[in-house]
Amino acid sequence: MSSTKKLFGLSAAASVLALSAAAQDPVSLTIVSWGGAYTASQQRAYHDPFMEMNPHVTINNDDGSANALAGLRAQSQAGNVTWDLVDMLPSDAQLACDEGIIMQIDHDEMLAAAPDGTPASEDFLPGSLGECFIPQIVYSTVLTYRPGAFEDDAQPTSIADLFDVENFPGRRALQDRPGTNMEWALYADGVDPEDIYDVLRTPEGVDRAFAKLDTIKEHIIFWTEGAQAPQLLADGEVAFATGYNGRMFEAIEVEGMDADIIWDGQVVEWDGWVVPADGPNADVVMEYLYWATDTQRLADQAKYIPYGPARASSAPLVSTHADLGIEMGPHMPTNPDNYFAPIVLDNDFWVDYGDEMRERFANWMLQ
Amino acid sequence: MSQADAIKPSPARREKLVTADGTPLRRALERANRRRKLTALALVAPLLAFILIFFAFPIAQMMWRSVDNPQIVNALPRTLQALDGWNRQGIPDEPVFAALHADMLEDLERPRREQAIGPLGIRLNYELSAARSAISRTARAVEDFEEPYSEAFIDAHRLWGQPELWRIIQREGRPLTASYYVAALDREYDEAGNIVQRDENRRIYVSLFGRTLALSLAITFMTFALGFPIAYFLANLPMRYANLLMIAVLLPFWTSLLVRTSAWIVLLQQQGVINELLVNIGLISDENRISMIYNQTGTIIAMTHILLPFMVLPLYSVMRTIPVSYTRAAKSLGATPWTAFRRVYFPQTLPGIGAGGVLVFIISIGYYITPALVGGQSGRMISNEIARHIQQSLNWGLAAALGTMLLVGVLVLYWLYNRLVGADSLKLG
Amino acid sequence: MALPAYYTTKDKLWHYAFRVICFAIFFFLLAPILIMIPLSFNAQPYFTFTREMLTLNPDGYSLRWYQDFLASDSWMRSIRNSFGIGIAATLVSTFLGTLAALGLSRSEMPAKGLIMGILISPMIVPLIISAAGMFFFFSSINIAQTYLGVVLAHAALGTPFVVITVTATLVGFDHSLTRAAANLGASPTRTFFKITMPLILPGVISGALFAFITSFDEIVVVLFVAGVEQRTIPREMWSGIREDISPTILAVATILVMVSIALLTVVELLRRRGERMRGLSPQ
Repeated sequence: MSSTKKLFGLSAAASVLALSAAAQDPVSLTIVSWGGAYTASQQRAYHDPFMEMNPHVTINNDDGSANALAGLRAQSQAGNVTWDLVDMLPSDAQLACDEGIIMQIDHDEMLAAAPDGTPASEDFLPGSLGECFIPQIVYSTVLTYRPGAFEDDAQPTSIADLFDVENFPGRRALQDRPGTNMEWALYADGVDPEDIYDVLRTPEGVDRAFAKLDTIKEHIIFWTEGAQAPQLLADGEVAFATGYNGRMFEAIEVEGMDADIIWDGQVVEWDGWVVPADGPNADVVMEYLYWATDTQRLADQAKYIPYGPARASSAPLVSTHADLGIEMGPHMPTNPDNYFAPIVLDNDFWVDYGDEMRERFANWMLQ
Repeated sequence: MSQADAIKPSPARREKLVTADGTPLRRALERANRRRKLTALALVAPLLAFILIFFAFPIAQMMWRSVDNPQIVNALPRTLQALDGWNRQGIPDEPVFAALHADMLEDLERPRREQAIGPLGIRLNYELSAARSAISRTARAVEDFEEPYSEAFIDAHRLWGQPELWRIIQREGRPLTASYYVAALDREYDEAGNIVQRDENRRIYVSLFGRTLALSLAITFMTFALGFPIAYFLANLPMRYANLLMIAVLLPFWTSLLVRTSAWIVLLQQQGVINELLVNIGLISDENRISMIYNQTGTIIAMTHILLPFMVLPLYSVMRTIPVSYTRAAKSLGATPWTAFRRVYFPQTLPGIGAGGVLVFIISIGYYITPALVGGQSGRMISNEIARHIQQSLNWGLAAALGTMLLVGVLVLYWLYNRLVGADSLKLG
Repeated sequence: MALPAYYTTKDKLWHYAFRVICFAIFFFLLAPILIMIPLSFNAQPYFTFTREMLTLNPDGYSLRWYQDFLASDSWMRSIRNSFGIGIAATLVSTFLGTLAALGLSRSEMPAKGLIMGILISPMIVPLIISAAGMFFFFSSINIAQTYLGVVLAHAALGTPFVVITVTATLVGFDHSLTRAAANLGASPTRTFFKITMPLILPGVISGALFAFITSFDEIVVVLFVAGVEQRTIPREMWSGIREDISPTILAVATILVMVSIALLTVVELLRRRGERMRGLSPQ
């Protein structure tokens, strides 16, 4: 440990003094992310090109994002931080930030400006940057349905149709967590997307959401893992399924599943980087972060997975899918055609009320 | 000890018994005995130390987390002092708010890693939703606060104007807490500080413990119902055949848990082997495939299969020792085969049933993997909730409280098991 | 086997019905494990028998899932990890467990019940609790997400099996043999290796096998304590099942069933040899 530190210190000093890039000692970064197709898209858009530019850097993937909070806290309490960069959700990032176990980010200092000079704090989509959080993508949870599932070729078009078992019978696959489901219940019950969280902050609002969910309860199958949702649709087990738009894209466009996405009421959330405090390779990590979150890199990631880049300046650069040649624009949650009635997930609400809502939701599911 | 006592010489002859080098025999024997005892201890010591350090201590340390409560004491020393003697009615007076102001200002001057404000907010949020954002929003503004502080705080966040938050700070402002156990039992504190049941729509853990017990009982019963016949069958076969058929019990026992769990996924899922078979032979229609997995049924079936060997093996070893002549004697005395079985044979198998039953029950009550993979929502058990609180919600205190309750339950059962059959008789394979 | 002549029709009926029930239960025990073997050769990415498979058409079968498995770096790493960690943990637990069993079997051992209780506890405590405790503790002493941490954790979980099996072997152990050796001038070490060891060896080996399979099959502690570098076969299967269950899992499962058959055979042979040697031959 101390010898690597010493080596690194020496090499940093050497590179500063001699301004020689050739004499750099090997650095190995551990980057924690979600695994699967998502890590693969980061590998191709960020890791591979970065390693090519910096031959002394090796990047190792650890797909531990689902449990990253626990890992970060344990490493921090032990004073032995082994992760260099972690991909997580903004609500988890908020908790970690409150605990002081991840770095605060000075956005304009640490992140690249847009090509036209717009500083990072203005270029990233409004509300996406956090105290300790740098978003990469916008993803959304969308409602998807099987076109053949209903009689008379009836086609659902809105979240309200999810709650209409009369005209759209059949089972619904929903995620087994309160998030998204409670928002949709209120939205279908006539609450404006902007007011949903104000309503949910009142006890009456929560009761109202559960009352609405009650109307479809006996038709619900709950899924836990992201892969299950498209699977349930493909197997014909359900008429509707909620799912991450990237997974649904993959299933529909790549595997040829017969299903359509309803963009109405898509629940939009960010996903991005946090930097563990006192990580082992801070200098290289900051270099990576500056580069991997610039306008072009964020646009590049969209070639491999249909999640919208978190920078406004990246949007015009989004092109076609690297392997399929499909124009990616129409599949982005942020495409204006899709972004007509978004519900932007309120992380503050979920950090504050998450435990209570989970308890109520678990209780509701058990009854 | 007992050896030394046994050969204790009578007082009259004590002087005469000495060893060759003149040491009194009694002392020499005692010394030899002590040396043997030390040798025995020395042999056990490495493992004992290893288990204590790498197994027992970590568990004790985890249990400690269920009562450890440093967050509020660390963050708000002055406030707690000022709150001393508060009558718990309304909101506290200005000096308390001034103390809170001073505490927060001082904390914000520390390096970020050492700040106590963040953990404080997370801790308070376990007791009261939105307390976290009350703390963090206040912390962001506190440097500009001016007197009167009470107004400034209440302006920054409405919760400061609610007696409930203050009651929580006062109640939990000590180094040890019972609140994780209170929450783990679906209870909470009321205004007067009494422990009462939670709102009905927030109770989950007691019913989860209940479900864990019910599922474990169901699994134990299933293993008994399936295990008893085959143990009986095997025990009454000639050894040669019994050994051969025993492979059917031992092969699952030696096969990876994950393999067996995925086998059941393959068999039971909607597009799985059993549903396909039923559809193909026309027993059910394609639309009405049976849901046998990702629910309680899945958990019970898969875990019965996984734990069946733990029932069969002790039953079998007990049944092997029951002489056939007893049942024969009963029959020759006029008992019907059923009576002979019920009155003579069955009672003798009870130790085996007890051993197997407690073993299966102990194992299933703490099971994690199979319920997580095939249990869906309704087939999940308490272990899954413990894991969730450790890995995702980060409420380690509550996880530790739930874990401690589970552990105590298992240890009591194990103690019973010991009384019933003795740990030494645990048979393997 | 002929039925006794005095059996009535009802008795006979019951006799056969009972056998049918028993074989149904044996089927329940074995079928799930065995059914994966043909399915792992499925040419299609499904978990059911395709029409081609049922008509024994060679096109319905393929080795693609085995090729997938062999071509995957993460599966190959998990094999190395499983065996490496398993063997290292087995060595530790066999060494410590055998020593402790020798001590425990001495009549002079004080507080035997208490110590035995502590030593067996890793087998009794629910794994989730052991795993949680180790996760917190190992993190605090910087051995979480290291090979050392996983090996120590698995060694702790494996020792009860060694203690129990070796203690059981020592129950029938004739202590006059070691006394005789000592009388004839053998040093304690020499006595151990020449007299004690050969006699308890079957117990030690089967204890070691139990310890190995415990580590080899363990997943809960791995989920909490291991990092991505230390992933074992069950850990990879866990991700495989949760992420996207492909028939590659069945190929792995088939290989693991073969491993367990091999281990089972060794344990059975040892057990019979042990019984023969101690004159406890069955019946």
